[in-house]
Amino acid sequence: MTELAANDPLPKPKRDIAPILLPIALALLMIPLIGSTSSWLTLTAASLAMGMMIFIMASGLTLVFGLMDVLNFGHGAFIAVGAYVATLVLAPFAASIQADSLWMNLAVLAPAALLSMAVSGALGLVVERVLILPVYGQHLKQILMTTGGLIVAEQTLYALWGPQIIPMPLPTSLRGSFILGDVAIAKYRVLAMLIGLAIFIAIQLVLNRSKLGLLIRAGVENREMVEALGYRIRRLFLGVFMTGSALAGLGGVMWALYREQVHASMSDDLTVLIFIVVIIGGLGSIGGCFIGAILVAMVANYGGFLVPKLALVSNILLMVAILMWRPRGLYAVTSR
Amino acid sequence: MTDLLKLSGVHTHIGRYHILQGIDLAVPQGQVTMLLGRNGAGKTTTLRTIMGLWRASSGEISLSGDRIESRTTPDIARLGVGYVPESMAVFSDLTVKENLVLAARDGPLDDTQLDWIFGFFPALRRFWLSRAGSLSGGQKQMLSIARAIIEPRKLLLIDEPTKGLAPAIVMALIECLREIKRKGATILLVEQNFFAARELGDNVLVMDNGTIVHRGEMAALAADVPLQERLLGLSLEAHQ
Repeated sequence: MTELAANDPLPKPKRDIAPILLPIALALLMIPLIGSTSSWLTLTAASLAMGMMIFIMASGLTLVFGLMDVLNFGHGAFIAVGAYVATLVLAPFAASIQADSLWMNLAVLAPAALLSMAVSGALGLVVERVLILPVYGQHLKQILMTTGGLIVAEQTLYALWGPQIIPMPLPTSLRGSFILGDVAIAKYRVLAMLIGLAIFIAIQLVLNRSKLGLLIRAGVENREMVEALGYRIRRLFLGVFMTGSALAGLGGVMWALYREQVHASMSDDLTVLIFIVVIIGGLGSIGGCFIGAILVAMVANYGGFLVPKLALVSNILLMVAILMWRPRGLYAVTSR
Repeated sequence: MTDLLKLSGVHTHIGRYHILQGIDLAVPQGQVTMLLGRNGAGKTTTLRTIMGLWRASSGEISLSGDRIESRTTPDIARLGVGYVPESMAVFSDLTVKENLVLAARDGPLDDTQLDWIFGFFPALRRFWLSRAGSLSGGQKQMLSIARAIIEPRKLLLIDEPTKGLAPAIVMALIECLREIKRKGATILLVEQNFFAARELGDNVLVMDNGTIVHRGEMAALAADVPLQERLLGLSLEAHQ
């Protein structure tokens, strides 16, 4: 490669927009294949809502993967715990949830979500200190420890709440759809999209506009050098782990409301999707995670509609295709 | 002259490899000490061990008389040790500005210090808002050094700063390091470029197989070709 002299002008940095165009291209490609515009819009809205929920659950994991190099196979436990904790608030106030008032519904829903995030975040603190700390840098042990932790968490939930599926009905004001012509878009899906988008923007602001964000981005890339600059990155690890756990808890509540049910192994299928999102997005990349989550949800929804028999493998095929195109994910942040 | 940094009997193991085998060295305050040696002699390991990036398995390391061998890397950095690794390790996803903001740990960037740095490395001003990953190798090296000197440091550990750089950039780096030296900084510098070593070094340490095999004045080694050939396998002129 030709070495540029100090005073040579550099080419302007190019924005890598190819990954951003991917979900747009996929959505446009589906219009003729699906045929009906209303079906396409409904599926696209469902994909965006599902994608946002997966993004919320996966965003913490990608930072934990990227920054801490920790393979946390127990991430799903935070999702399930978040959902169960929400039932502690929602069940006693079922009347408020069923009331036909948006404000009464939100007055119960918001504290439930916040409590879920707090408990999942606190559980994250315990998991990081007890399970992860002794096995930093040892991937095999991390897999064993976190998988074991997931099993313990699931069995504890069974012991506390029983093996039955617990219903979690949507609040009355979030039932039904917005009707636009002959297209119906579920209200809850719109809410999920807005929350997901708000969290994405918030994370991007923190990562790009604050010194804390700089540290996280730098730590994802080269944590040794961050330490050599005098920053105690272990504390940052803990904060990121707790935030990721809290977001997983929030995602758990949202997913449970989406499915209107809670059970201890609810995260099993989700975990596979979340790992696919983290891998195709690029470890540690929030932007990649966001696009990856939308792609995974699109493939699941469009694929389920067009070729139901391929639904089970469609996301694996997506991952293979993305990794053949970009072996380190859509946006490679770390060298791993 | 007071010794700012002292290593006594330092051993470092990496996995099953015994890399540093009893290092004894001293870096006098306000001077530039060159650390020379063949590839694989243990020079980078010495810097990383001082920085706490690899833990010394035994021996003592002291900075201004305080023992630091059991301290963590962030604590050592906070004692005023700046580190420029061989790989430069700039944060490529961050802009030039963000790299320096992060390096200025104790507060906002000091404009006077920035202007001083821009005087040596004007490219950093021009590419202030460019991603560090898009800089050339020489510009990354400038950024890596700028990051180490953006705040006053007691001691700078610099690992092969001129490696693979164009001659014009090497000259700018030498001028910058000379100016840092004039300001009274203490530097432990690993360097293979003879011209740079002769221009900057007050003292020299030569390593081989994880031990110090020669210590003395840089000027004396520069003048003694047979000694260079004995210690380094070939004369330093050949390294230019």
